[in-house]
Amino acid sequence: MREELLSIIEKNSRIDIKELAVRLGKEEIDIVNELQKLEDEKVICGYHTLVNWEKTSIEKVTALIEVKVTPQRGQGFDRIASRIYNYPEVRDVYLISGGFDLLVTLEEKSLKDIAMFVSEKLSTLDSIISTGTHFILKKYKDHGTIIDEHVKDEREVITP
Amino acid sequence: MSLPLNESVVNIKPSGIRKFFDIVSEMKDAISLGVGEPDFDTPWHIRDEGIYSLERGKTFYTSNAGLKELRQEICNYQKRTQGINYDAMKEVLVTVGGSEAIDIGLRAMINPGDEVIIPQPAYVSYFPCAILAGAKPVIINLKAENQFRLTADELLNAVTDRTKVLILPFPNNPTGAIMERSDLEKIAQICIDKNICVMSDEIYSALTYKGEHVSIASIEGMKERTILINGFSKAYAMTGWRLGYACGPAEIIKQMTKIHQFAIMCAPTTSQYAAIEALKNGDNDVRLMRGAYNQRRRFLMNAFKEMNLECFEPYGAFYVFPCIKEFGMTSEEFATRFLEEEKVAAVPGSAFGDSGEGYLRISYAYSIENLKTAMERLSRFVNKLRSEKHNV
Ligand SMILES: Cc1ncc(COP(=O)(O)O)c(C=O)c1O
Repeated sequence: MREELLSIIEKNSRIDIKELAVRLGKEEIDIVNELQKLEDEKVICGYHTLVNWEKTSIEKVTALIEVKVTPQRGQGFDRIASRIYNYPEVRDVYLISGGFDLLVTLEEKSLKDIAMFVSEKLSTLDSIISTGTHFILKKYKDHGTIIDEHVKDEREVITP
Repeated sequence: MSLPLNESVVNIKPSGIRKFFDIVSEMKDAISLGVGEPDFDTPWHIRDEGIYSLERGKTFYTSNAGLKELRQEICNYQKRTQGINYDAMKEVLVTVGGSEAIDIGLRAMINPGDEVIIPQPAYVSYFPCAILAGAKPVIINLKAENQFRLTADELLNAVTDRTKVLILPFPNNPTGAIMERSDLEKIAQICIDKNICVMSDEIYSALTYKGEHVSIASIEGMKERTILINGFSKAYAMTGWRLGYACGPAEIIKQMTKIHQFAIMCAPTTSQYAAIEALKNGDNDVRLMRGAYNQRRRFLMNAFKEMNLECFEPYGAFYVFPCIKEFGMTSEEFATRFLEEEKVAAVPGSAFGDSGEGYLRISYAYSIENLKTAMERLSRFVNKLRSEKHNV
């Protein structure tokens, strides 16, 4: 049931235990126990909400920053990664294969905030060789969800 | 001026569904539980193959029986899911939906007056197609107490020395009933003893929620007397592509191909290319969709339990078939009032044959959110009817 349970709550973490039990054909207690286990094992890392900030009056700017670094003896990329992800304004840090090493995403109130972060904090870290900053202009799809999608049932209302 | 009209066509009653459709269409903001097609879009990689085939200029007729590669993939599919070996060159015909296969299959097998056994409740096409083929339809009324499965006794009672074909419609639309191996073995024995051919409509085979679907053609001695019908509409959410197929004995497929050749030419080329992709790389899509349907099925069964509405547990297709006999109305009255008073459209069971009277077909090819609203309304409606009955 793990895969099915996770796929349901990955899309809707607010669904109640009773409904989960019914849909998966299990007892409620089994669901509760499994969720507890998944949380303990850190398989479930959080219950976030996908927000389309564009629709609010709150300004948000998201940047994807390519970072090239010199890996450190004995610690590879982990140490430098942790120096970056410990900044609260950093949203994601991924180790990447290809032309650069780390992909960092950042969400701030303005372009200026991001520029400040990159020039003052990120670039000044010891082992950083270079950075390249890309701003997101429009989100079409996020976390597997098409933003602002209006689905209309195109089917005939009654068919055999 | 009197226009030429064929009498057997004129005499065919329009589908009971049509009648209901007209009422629903008048009504704005009704929610429907009335569709017989998936709510999912065709998986993108399948659509993409269709588009790609157009880009490459694959816009011509295919061979009458269908693209060889598609027929081969169909054989592979039947081999891996049912263990049946079909010859792609002689025993497979690609058709315009399972619908066409039903029609031309009967036309290829039936002589005037031959009897075709149709277990009901069942999909609306078998009866008229049998009539148009010149057959005498013999109806078996399946029973809720048998979970709407076909039993050996019921079949034996319907067989005469004119019986040519048994239509075997499982997993069933509208009941959701399935036939398991042990059920099929008894039916197979009778067909062999009495020399009856089976037309097995397995269009919902991929949507089975208790073990895996078993085809009667996989049972010893049955491949040579079964026309197996399947298609892409339900399993891969491809209703609009109009693609299905028939597998069966070479002699029958040859005659079906003849009708198909003259009446249709070939199934849509774009759809055939997309279907190859579906069979090659679509198993996981089917698995995910089946999982989603199964969750909805359980959700509905639980909703019925909570409102105390009698319903046998169906293990196939995407329909549930609750019993509404306690309210003392016909299915049509019930469905009409449900629509008028709660704005929810479901199809009266009687549209699928007399034995569907007293039942309602509810499709779960809808999102859980949709089904939730519909079940709240059904619960309110059922309570209202119960209190009305009490107060009389
Ligand atoms: C039992 C059954 N058979 C056959 C069909 C025909 O499907 P298609 O012609 O789309 O393959 C349907 C469609 O609703 C069905 O329910």
